[in-house]
Amino acid sequence: MSQQAASQHTVLHAKHLEAGAKMVDFFGWHMPINYGSQIEEHHAVRQDAGMFDVSHMTIVDLTGARTRDFLRFLLANDVAKLTVPGKALYTAMLNEAGGVIDDLIVYFLQEDYFRIVVNSATREKDLAWLNQHAPTFEVTVTERPELALIAVQGPNAKAKVAILLDADQQAAVAGMKPFFGVQSGDLFIATTGYTGEDGYEIAMPEAKAADFWQKLLDAGVKPAGLGARDTLRLEAGMNLYGQDMDESVSPLAANMGWTIAFEPADRNFIGRAALEQQKAAGTDKLVGLVMEQKGVLRHGQRVVVAGGEGIITSGTFSPTLGFSIAMARVPASTGDSAEVDIRGKLVPVKVIKPAFVRMGKKLI
Amino acid sequence: MSSIPTELKYASSHEWVRHEGDGIYSVGISEHAQELLGDMVFVELPEVGDTVSQGDDCAVAESVKAASDIYAPLSGEIVEVNESLADAPEQVNSSPYHDGWMFKIKASDLAELDELLDAEGYQNVIDED
Repeated sequence: MSQQAASQHTVLHAKHLEAGAKMVDFFGWHMPINYGSQIEEHHAVRQDAGMFDVSHMTIVDLTGARTRDFLRFLLANDVAKLTVPGKALYTAMLNEAGGVIDDLIVYFLQEDYFRIVVNSATREKDLAWLNQHAPTFEVTVTERPELALIAVQGPNAKAKVAILLDADQQAAVAGMKPFFGVQSGDLFIATTGYTGEDGYEIAMPEAKAADFWQKLLDAGVKPAGLGARDTLRLEAGMNLYGQDMDESVSPLAANMGWTIAFEPADRNFIGRAALEQQKAAGTDKLVGLVMEQKGVLRHGQRVVVAGGEGIITSGTFSPTLGFSIAMARVPASTGDSAEVDIRGKLVPVKVIKPAFVRMGKKLI
Repeated sequence: MSSIPTELKYASSHEWVRHEGDGIYSVGISEHAQELLGDMVFVELPEVGDTVSQGDDCAVAESVKAASDIYAPLSGEIVEVNESLADAPEQVNSSPYHDGWMFKIKASDLAELDELLDAEGYQNVIDED
C-alpha cells in the first residue's frame, strides 16, 4: 500500500494537508481520500454541508457560431433541449461503436459559447476527441486549467455559500433551479453535483480558491474526500466512469438510456447507428442491489441471476442505510432477486432500480 | 506517525498480540492497519472453539474501502471473540489496541511467539511498505 508519487497538485493541496487529509494518487493527482473519517464526511453532506475539491476535473469552453451544431453531433443527449442560457444537461460522449468515451455535463451559456466539464481520468482522450471533430464546425476548444472547482453539497450548502457571495452573486443564484450555471463576478456557480443533495459546484480563478475554501471552513462546511464522494454518488445511483461504464459498455447497459435523445430521428450523432442496433438487439441492464445482511458488496463480484450471470460495477457500505448497496450489470431478464458471490459464498440480494438515497431521503 | 505500543508483539501482516495470562493471547490489528483500511463497517470473527494455525486467515475486516483478511498470528484454539464489534465495528478505528481487539487464542506453541516482531521490527515493516 505504498504511496505513489502523484505529479499534479490542485491549488488547494496545501489546505488538504493543513486539514490532515490522507492523500492518495488519483489518476496522477495527489488528492484527499478522507480527512479522518469517510463516514463522518458522508453524513456531513447528507445532513448539513460538505465540500469537495474537484479542481482536478477538466473544464473546457467551446466557442464559435456553430457550437450548438457541433454538440448536437458530438453528444448522445441533444443540446437542442437547452433553450435558456445557463441550463445544463448530463450526457454521454460516444464513439462510433456506441461505447462511452466519457460522461459529462454541458452548460449552454450563449449561442456561441458552451462549457463542458469532463472527468480528469479521461482528459487526454476527451480533448483529442473534441479536437478531432471541432474543426468541421469551426469550433474553438479551450481548456480552463486556471479554474479551481469546489463542490459544496448538502441541505445547508446553499445557505452557507450565500454568506460568501456579494449582492450581485446572491441575486444571480436566487431561485436558480437544479442543473443551471451562472457566471457572476469571479465565480461560475452551478446547481449541479455528484451527491444527490442540494448544493453548488463553483468554478473560480485559482488565486481565489484557498481563501474561498477557508471561508467555507469558517462557515462550518466540512471538507470531504474522494471516499465520501464515492459513497454519496453510489447512494444517489450516479455512475462512475471507468467503473459503471466505459468504452466497452453501451450506455443502454449503464442506466443511461434516459440521456440518449433518439428524437428527433433526423439528428445524426456519433454512435447513433450502433445504439439503434443495440437497442433493437437488446442489452444488459444496470440495476441496484441491496444486501441487508452483514458484509459488503464490492466492484467485480459475480452476480448470479435466473438464467445468467452479471457483475457488480460499484459496491460499497451505505453509511445512510447502514447496509451494503451496489450497482450491477445483469441480463435484461433479471427479476427482483439475485445472488452475489462473496468470497465463494452465494449471498441473496434484492434487485431494485439503481437509486438508494437522494435529498437526505432513503428511497428503499 | 501511528502508535506502536512496545509491550505488544506484531505480525508483518499487521496483527498485534497481547499476553493476557495463562497462555491466552488477544489479537487485533495495528493503528497503521486501521488507518490504511479506513472506517470499519463489519468484522467477521471466527467461532469460539475453532482451532487455527499460525498464518490462517481466520477473520475478515471490512471497511468502507476494502475487505481485508486477518491472519492468526499464533496457532491454538479461539477461546473468546469481541462480540461488541458486531454493533460497533468502529472501535477497531478508535481504539485498535484496546476496545477494538478481535479474538483471543489459547496458544498451542509458544515457540511461535519468537517469530513475531517487536515494536521496532514492526516499525521497519511499515517503513518498507
